[in-house]
Amino acid sequence: MTDEPLLRVRSISKFYGNRIGCNDISFDLWPGEVLAVVGESGSGKTTLLNCLSTRLLPTSGTVSYRMRDGAFHDLYRMSEAERRFLMRTDWGFVHQNPADGLRMTVSAGANVGERLMAVGQRHYGNIRATATDWLSRVEISEDRIDDQPRAFSGGMRQRLQIARNLVTSPRLVFMDEPTGGLDVSVQARLLDLLRSLVHELGLSAIVVTHDLAVARLLSHRMIVMKDGHVVESGLTDRVLDDPQAPYTQLLVSSILQV
Amino acid sequence: MATPLVVSEVCKSFTMHLQGGIRLPVVTDVSFSLSAGECAVLGGPSGAGKSSILKMIYGSYAIDSGQVIVTHDGNLVNLATADPRTIIAIRRDTIGYVSQFLRAVPRVSARDVVAEPLIARGEALETARGRSEILLERLNLPERLWDLPPATFSGGEQQRVNIARGFITDHPVLLLDEPTASLDKANREIVIAMIDEKKKAGVALLGIFHDQDVRDVVADRIIDVTEFAPNRKAA
Repeated sequence: MTDEPLLRVRSISKFYGNRIGCNDISFDLWPGEVLAVVGESGSGKTTLLNCLSTRLLPTSGTVSYRMRDGAFHDLYRMSEAERRFLMRTDWGFVHQNPADGLRMTVSAGANVGERLMAVGQRHYGNIRATATDWLSRVEISEDRIDDQPRAFSGGMRQRLQIARNLVTSPRLVFMDEPTGGLDVSVQARLLDLLRSLVHELGLSAIVVTHDLAVARLLSHRMIVMKDGHVVESGLTDRVLDDPQAPYTQLLVSSILQV
Repeated sequence: MATPLVVSEVCKSFTMHLQGGIRLPVVTDVSFSLSAGECAVLGGPSGAGKSSILKMIYGSYAIDSGQVIVTHDGNLVNLATADPRTIIAIRRDTIGYVSQFLRAVPRVSARDVVAEPLIARGEALETARGRSEILLERLNLPERLWDLPPATFSGGEQQRVNIARGFITDHPVLLLDEPTASLDKANREIVIAMIDEKKKAGVALLGIFHDQDVRDVVADRIIDVTEFAPNRKAA
């Protein structure tokens, strides 16, 4: 285990005019760690995720990422080209709506292969073989490789999006409500898949979710947000079993028992 | 003798913000230590705070004040102030926990649920699965269930999966929250034997046992939790 974090977030704030998106958020993300960001709609979870993943320029604060050479780079001092390269190779971003993360009009295989070509692979046979392998890892049968994601169900699209993101062996994956909008049996399958892939590949991940059960299953650590602020953070089962902040207590006590 | 765990002056209360902020004190000044190779049992009626003490030691409850010192990786670590990352490492290597209920993950087989703590410590998949099968067999879990996720198992079957998962590693401290609650006599005997082996291996155990007969056999010492009751101090 290395003794340096992968991502250092310091005092990130984002204001929309004089409205707060998220305010003064700092934390470290360590290699192999899954961090869940929970809170209700409008609490600033997605704003935070977008600020961290360079999709949205924060009003203030710094985010530094430890590159593969071990040096920390401030994301917002890199050139646009460097940031885009990072996004395409060392990072993944799983959108809530798979249509935002996939190309809907090219084949499933090409969706996966495109990321491989971004890291310089050119051999068609190898790309197709890797794509096939990844489709099977996300439980999409091989004979669907030439179909477009338009012809896939919601659950399959989400699994394809995950394959597309993970094929380049990223070190850090951002996920925005990865199981939102899926029915529960598909959700369970996806969660199990994510959980084992995160384990196997030693990924670090930041998962935004409003579903505390998803947070419990996937994450090691949790941040609870309300009105753009962090109201509580800590070990996932500590936050859920012994919530301290009034808002977290409300959130935990609002879960429906099956 | 080595003392892998020292609990001193630990206090815990719950503040219920949704009920007008009432404060429920649970325990105060909890102090005891655990030696290697002994099994101490937390005694006292329901609601005395036995489970809360176990959960504080495992890190799933916050500690209001006081210290819980554990020997982890050759260093002394205070669990009351340790960061989440340290607690995760302590759970992986130092403190094991057998809970009363299994938190089943959909689609993961009983065999893999049990093997997981070993895999997390870097054991090869096949070795870990092999060890898992040995334990499941010893605990009389029918082989036809090994490939199935435990969510649909009976209470006693889930409990045995839980026990196997807790006992598979060689953590120096093991916390047991009523591990024998829903087991029949034959399986209780097996668990008693397994606890005995842990003791011989130098593991420090801290448990809650409601069955009198199990407690009498495994306990080297009873820690009376009512001594830590909050109202005692006022009296």
